[in-house]
Amino acid sequence: MQNHLLSWIVFTPLIGALAVVLTPKPETGRIKWIALAAAALTGVFTLAAFLRFDKALSGFQLVEKTLWIPPLNVHYFLGTDGISLPMIVLTALVSILACIASFGIKEREKEYYALFLLLETGMLGTFLALDLLVFYVFWEVVLIPMYFLIGIWGGARKEYAALKFFLYTLAGSLFMLIGILALYFKSMPHTFDLTQINPAAFTLKFQKALFFTFFLGFAVKVPIWPFHTWLPDAHVEAPTPISVILAGVLLKMGTYGFLRFSYPLAPDAAAKFAPFMAVLALIGIIYGGFVALAQKDFKKMVAYSSVSHMGFVILGLAALNSAGFSGAMLQMFNHGIITSGLFLLVGVLYDRAHTRDMTAFGGLAAQLPLYSGILIFFSMASLGLPGLAGFISEFLVLIGGFEYNRLAAGLASIGIFLAAAYLLLMVRRVLFGPANLKWQGLAEINRRELVTLVPLMILIVLFGIFPQLILDYMTPTLDSLLTHMEGIFA
Amino acid sequence: MKFDCLVWLIPALPLAAFAVNIFFGKTTGEKAGWIAVAASLLSCVIGLALCAQVWGGKVFAASMPWFDAGESAMRFGYLIDPLAATLLFVVLVVGTLIQIYSVGYMHGDARYPRFFAYISLFMTAMLTLVISDNYLLFFIAWEIMGLCSYLLIGYWFEKNSAADASLKAFLTTRIGDVGFFLGILTLFHITGTLGFSDMLRVLDPQTNSAIFQHPLLPVAALLIFCGTIGKSAQFPLHVWLPDAMEGPTSVSALIHAATMVAAGVYLLARSFTVFMYFPTVLLIVTVIGTLTALMAAFIALTQTDIKRVLAYSTISQLGFMVAAIGLGSPAAAIFHLMTHAFFKALLFLGAGSVIHGTGTQDLRELGGLFGKMKSTAMTFLIGSLAIAGVPPLAGFWSKDEILLGAFMESRWIYLALSTAAFMTAFYMFRLVFLTFFGKPRNTHIHAHESPAVMTLPLWALAAGSLLIGLPGSVWMHHTFQSFLHLGHHAESAAAGMVMNVSIAVGLAGILLAFLFYVLAPAIPAFLGRILKPFYLLSQNKLYFDELYSAIAVRPFNQLADSVLFWFDKNVVDGLVNFAGIFTGFVSAMVRRLQTGLVQNYLLILFAGVLCLLYFEGR
Repeated sequence: MQNHLLSWIVFTPLIGALAVVLTPKPETGRIKWIALAAAALTGVFTLAAFLRFDKALSGFQLVEKTLWIPPLNVHYFLGTDGISLPMIVLTALVSILACIASFGIKEREKEYYALFLLLETGMLGTFLALDLLVFYVFWEVVLIPMYFLIGIWGGARKEYAALKFFLYTLAGSLFMLIGILALYFKSMPHTFDLTQINPAAFTLKFQKALFFTFFLGFAVKVPIWPFHTWLPDAHVEAPTPISVILAGVLLKMGTYGFLRFSYPLAPDAAAKFAPFMAVLALIGIIYGGFVALAQKDFKKMVAYSSVSHMGFVILGLAALNSAGFSGAMLQMFNHGIITSGLFLLVGVLYDRAHTRDMTAFGGLAAQLPLYSGILIFFSMASLGLPGLAGFISEFLVLIGGFEYNRLAAGLASIGIFLAAAYLLLMVRRVLFGPANLKWQGLAEINRRELVTLVPLMILIVLFGIFPQLILDYMTPTLDSLLTHMEGIFA
Repeated sequence: MKFDCLVWLIPALPLAAFAVNIFFGKTTGEKAGWIAVAASLLSCVIGLALCAQVWGGKVFAASMPWFDAGESAMRFGYLIDPLAATLLFVVLVVGTLIQIYSVGYMHGDARYPRFFAYISLFMTAMLTLVISDNYLLFFIAWEIMGLCSYLLIGYWFEKNSAADASLKAFLTTRIGDVGFFLGILTLFHITGTLGFSDMLRVLDPQTNSAIFQHPLLPVAALLIFCGTIGKSAQFPLHVWLPDAMEGPTSVSALIHAATMVAAGVYLLARSFTVFMYFPTVLLIVTVIGTLTALMAAFIALTQTDIKRVLAYSTISQLGFMVAAIGLGSPAAAIFHLMTHAFFKALLFLGAGSVIHGTGTQDLRELGGLFGKMKSTAMTFLIGSLAIAGVPPLAGFWSKDEILLGAFMESRWIYLALSTAAFMTAFYMFRLVFLTFFGKPRNTHIHAHESPAVMTLPLWALAAGSLLIGLPGSVWMHHTFQSFLHLGHHAESAAAGMVMNVSIAVGLAGILLAFLFYVLAPAIPAFLGRILKPFYLLSQNKLYFDELYSAIAVRPFNQLADSVLFWFDKNVVDGLVNFAGIFTGFVSAMVRRLQTGLVQNYLLILFAGVLCLLYFEGR
């Protein structure tokens, strides 16, 4: 087991899914606990990997490699480094919390939890695969459970949203598949092994084509403007725990892809396309902020805020410097824990009031003081209040962005103002003002919901004050990535 | 190392009080107030001991690595030099007194523990800001103060006016803060450090003159100044502070008069090295400060709400301080910051006592309270004399320092600030006369004096307002200014003349108020009629709110709503849906080719062969 730790991480949820499938349908209580146990056990394995990880090293650790399909030279190849480790920790954590949040789901539990666990396997595999074909398989594995989770357990327009999500992401990833195949045929000997491909041999033209195909795959996922319109639809229709997974983990698969594949494999193209990425990032930051401001639907507002916040990640990547990269990585993690919390809170309100129209509420602060306090806390975290996690990552991205281009940092800071505007307007509408008699019967947040939120709050405060705790794990890998890229720049 | 922990205890004690009251509010209940006060008193003991040592010539500084920002490391540490010690003294003493007062003032409030939790968190942030040794920690504390201000303005959030005011306060200051943040980034980019002491070393014209050629350095200074404009409610971002009066009065005293809003001035004094070599930047600072001082004093003349008069007065006095920085005398600014903290906290708490005793804050309903609220009236009078600039009270000495600096730099600025000083004396005594003298205008109000827990802090602050100016006076040879060490103290032959004029200006304002509101109450009404445009301008706060609503708020919302959201729904998403529909359409067309009739396929095959032959033959 020691040597197969990563495999255990990836496949424990799948084993859990099988266990769920084998449990008789009416025993919903047992199904829930099996699912939670599987997610928790995955968490334990992830913790073990986290503890065994040597943060001072920059290469891949806990590596597992066996030949899988000999004629195509495909390897079952897993490994982790400072880029993927924070992501699997995030995935394991958010999955546990989302699983607990799923306990409110009351229809077709068996299928739900089986798909949920399959989804977790897909996400973890995506972050750990180092063979491009294996990566692609996991990437697509994520799509299918997600499609059903939105399409069956979703809201009023669930079929439209699920299909849009599925087709949009699939279209993007098909381009990525072309890129993967091109890499395979270009490399000598033909391989899908990330560590065997030498980008120094690629011409700029090939790198550009490669970068572009991967870009289409990843950009849809992040989502980078203008490929973002599936996101608000998917979020609005998805059940709360799935929104949490979507915002908390799935979006990061896109930005992770840039750091894992696009940048090391096509460094020259990455440098050439950096201005292009920066412009799209800025549009995303400002445009996402403005459109979030215009929303009346609570969930849509949070969805658009993700477009804006993920823009910071892209800006950090485009900066192509140490501060920018650290900021981008940190922002991926922080956005994961902060936005998960916001979606959980939207869900708490929706479960009780069955509406997400912010203008229909008002004055809840008097009635639900605990809920309100927590909502204000997460709003502050999301708007980048210093002292909480989100600030440090935005600060680092802006330092990197400033080094890269002053104007870019200046424009990005408009997004910081907009975040305050749309989040506090939400607080004003939902929590403040005279009490609305219509909601007198609303119950305060319960213990199960608190269990899903408190761990996130602790992490937000912890990383807001001691960011080095997590930066330590990322920087050696990010710095070596930068060195690697600079080594190839002609 | 031992002293380390002690220094951090200063902000940590209020933080502990915050934690206790926010998490165990139900248990602490009535005791919440005293928990906050106790924490604050303990911090006060430690802090004052430190201040005494700094007064004796020591400086405390220590820092440790915090986190890596790319190639450079951020540090976390404190610096207690004379400047920080002054602020520490002010915040601890005034803050503790206001908290004691709040125990009485907030008695019986439904969310009593929450109030003290917020206040304690504010104290934590403000104290951290004061002792921080670098811009990043400073900014963090700065923003957490903003959060506390937001929560306390919206403390009575059931009222729409309070909820709107809190939103307005946060967003307006956020505009300034974004500028400040960019200023920090710019400064970091130029100097490679964010530490205050390192900054002094890098920005030294003797050893490193090249850095002053950097075109971004004056830009950085202006961006940092944006932070002050927002936080210290300077023109054009002053609009949030009057509305902030929706919060409980003790909050107005602590946050929106004595400490937080003055942090912008502290920031300028801290950053003075960045400003001092750029005359244009200093000129901008001076003009903004002077304009604010004048404008706010003009608005204060006609306000009928006690707290709003005091709010505009605060804006005006902050303008004086900012102008002083621009005029190159940060020592005078900090001196005025200190005296202002005492007398303005006193005035706000006095106003709170009046509100507590009468249930109204409308000047048109008050009057004749002197006999019924002796302590409140006496102390309020002392505060008013102090702000009006009557010697030897605190405000006289510090304002005189600023006016002297102005006199030596520019006659126009001097004239403008003197006019503002005249208006200050006038509106303050208008307030005094309308509240405490004459006959009660609303006979239904049965005023009563506030309890001792409220009046004792008033007397303590009154004592401060009487005495705190003396260390900076000529009588004590400007000891305070030499202690501050913020550049040499201005000595001028004109000092005596400026002092006499400023006494005359203050007394003239008081006498005019006496004439208008005691001797001949018909005059103000008459003047209001013949100078109606001016009267309306002042009463309607120069129409800033209306203007901003028309040129900023509404266009901003429309851009979000009608332009970008529309664009997103119809154009961006429209294209996506079009791609879907188009694909469906094409597949429907192509499907028609699959007729299943062999003769059709043969026909197409035949056509294909013909085409091939044709092209091959060419």
